[in-house]
Amino acid sequence: MAEKLSAETPPNAPAPRVFLRSIVPVAIVFAFAFAVQLAIPSGTYSEKILFDIGVNVILAVSLNIVNGLTGQFSIGHAGFMALGAYGSIVVTYYGGYALFGDVLRHDTVAGYSLYVASMIVGGLTACLAGYIVGLPSLRLRGDYLAIVTLGFGEIIRVLLQATPAVLYPSEMQEVPGISRIFHLGGALGFSHGQSYNSLGFTWGAVAITLLIAYRLRESTHGRAFLSVRENEIAAEAIGVNTTRYKVNAFVLAAFFAGVAGSLFAHQLGAGTASRPEEFNFMRSFEIVIMVVLGGMGSISGAALAATTLTLLTEVLREVQDYRLIAYSLLLIIMMIVRPKGMLGTREIWHLFRSRRSTVNNRRSTFTGEGA
Amino acid sequence: MALLEVKDLDIHYGAIHALKGVSISVEEGQIVTLVGSNGAGKTTTLRALSGLVGASRGDITFAGKSIRGKKPHEIVRVGIAHSPEGRGIFASLTVRDNLELGAYSRNDKAGIASDIERSFSRFPILKEREKQAAGTLSGGEQQMLAVARALMARPKLLLLDEPSLGLAPQIVHAIFRIIREINAEGMTILLVEQNAHMALSIANHGYVLETGQIKMSDDAKKLAASDEVRKAYLGG
Repeated sequence: MAEKLSAETPPNAPAPRVFLRSIVPVAIVFAFAFAVQLAIPSGTYSEKILFDIGVNVILAVSLNIVNGLTGQFSIGHAGFMALGAYGSIVVTYYGGYALFGDVLRHDTVAGYSLYVASMIVGGLTACLAGYIVGLPSLRLRGDYLAIVTLGFGEIIRVLLQATPAVLYPSEMQEVPGISRIFHLGGALGFSHGQSYNSLGFTWGAVAITLLIAYRLRESTHGRAFLSVRENEIAAEAIGVNTTRYKVNAFVLAAFFAGVAGSLFAHQLGAGTASRPEEFNFMRSFEIVIMVVLGGMGSISGAALAATTLTLLTEVLREVQDYRLIAYSLLLIIMMIVRPKGMLGTREIWHLFRSRRSTVNNRRSTFTGEGA
Repeated sequence: MALLEVKDLDIHYGAIHALKGVSISVEEGQIVTLVGSNGAGKTTTLRALSGLVGASRGDITFAGKSIRGKKPHEIVRVGIAHSPEGRGIFASLTVRDNLELGAYSRNDKAGIASDIERSFSRFPILKEREKQAAGTLSGGEQQMLAVARALMARPKLLLLDEPSLGLAPQIVHAIFRIIREINAEGMTILLVEQNAHMALSIANHGYVLETGQIKMSDDAKKLAASDEVRKAYLGG
C-alpha cells in the first residue's frame, strides 16, 4: 500500500509529487486506523486479537532495525517495552491526577491528548535506555552483546518488581509531587491504569511504525545500517560512523518498543496489563523469533511473522503449555529449510513483481534461494 | 610537498609492536607500492592511514594537514578512500547499493548519479550485474566493485589492499591494467601487494616492508631489478 507507492516514484520527481509522496501515505495511514476503529466493535474477541497483533507488529518491526538491519543481536526488547508501558502509564495516572484531580479516564480532547503525550513520553523513556544499552554495543559483538541486552531486560523487570504500591488518590497528598512516579505497584503491577487505548490508536501507531521503518531502510541512512551489518570494517572505510549507527539503531528501536509498551499498558482491562512479569525474557524471546522467522532485514517479513505467531498463539491456546514446543520446532524447521527466514531480506511485494520490471527493486535476491 | 607524508609511525596491537618507525611519502599523481611478505605490516600501515587503527607514535600528513588520530569517517571526507583487504564488499546488497554506499560521505545527488554511470562505463560487467547481490559476483568482479566503490568517494588518494588476492593470473592482469588507467586519469594510488612483481611493474616508487620496518625504498624499476628483492619476493 503506502510503502509501495513511494518506492515506485522516480527519484527526481517534481515538487508536487514529492509533496504527494509525503502526504498520501500519512493520509492512508490515518484513514486505515480510523476504518479499523469503526469496523471492529469494542470489547469483542477480534478486537483483542487485532490489538495483540498490532502491538507485536510494532515490536517485531522495531527490533528488526537492530537485529535485521544493523546486524546486532539484541534479546532484551521487552525491557524497552516495559519502560514505555510504565513511562506512559505514569503520565496518564499521576499526570492525569495532577491535571484533572482524579485518576479516571477522561473521554475528552484533553484526556486523549494526555494519552498521546504519554505515548511519546513512554517512547522517550525507552529511547534513553536504548542509548545506555547502545553504548556497550560499541565494544561488544554477537553473543556478548546478546547477554548484555538480556541482562538489561531482566534488570528493568526486577527493578519494577521492587517498586512500592500504586498510590490511591486519597494517598496522593502523603507523597510529594514528582516522587510519586516511583510508586509503580511492584510485582502486582500498575493495577489502576485507564484503558485509553483503542484499535484506532494501535493501528495508527502500527502504520506509522511501518512507514518510518520502510522509509528509513530505503534511505541513505538505511543503507548505512545495512553496511554495518554486512561488513563493519568496510563500512568504516567508506565513511560510515559505525558507532553512531549502532547506537542510533538501539535508540530508534527502543522508541517504537516504548510506544508498543504504552499501547499495551492502556488496553482494555488495563488493570492486569502492566505487570513486570508481562515483560519477562519470554516476551523478548518471542519478538526475536518473529524477526528471525520473518527474515532478518525484511520489514513486511517481520510484520507477517508477528501476525502469524500471534494468531498461532490463539489457535494453540487449548494446548498452551506446549506452545513453546511448537515455537521451537517451527524455529528448527525454519533454520533447516529457510535459514534466512520466510522472506530473507526481501519484502512481500518483491515476490509478486515479475523479473523484468525490477527497476526499483533494489533489494536483490541471492540466486538459488527460490522465490 | 608530497600529498601523503608518513613519519616514524609506530603501531602497537597490545604487546605486539606491528610497525616500527615507518616513513613513507606519496607524491601526487604517482602509484606507490608497499611490498612485503605476510605479517610485514602492509595492511596495518593502510589501516593506520584510514584511521582504522590508532598510531602510538609518529605523524601522518595529508595535503599539508595532520590526520593522525582522526576517525575513519573523517578521513574519508578529507579525501582518502580505502579498499580493504579481502575486498570487503557488502555481499547481500546489490551492486548498485554498494556503489551508492561508496558515495556515503558525499551529498551531491547529481554528481553521485553521474559517477555511478562512470563506474559502469569503466566496468561494464558491473552494469550487467547492477541489481544482483554483490556476493554472487566472481572474485574478479568483486574486486572491480571494491575499486569502483572506493572511487565513488571521489578521493584524492586511493588505498588498495591486495587487489590480486585470490584471483587468477589473467584477472590480476586485468585489475592491474585498470589500476594503471585510473592512475593515468590523475588518481594517486598507494598499493599494498604480496605480488611484488606485478606491483613494482606498474608503480613509480616502491617500499619493501619487513617485520614492521622499511627495509628498502627506491624507484620501482630499480627495486624490481635489485638482487635482494628478486631473491626474496620475485622467486630468484
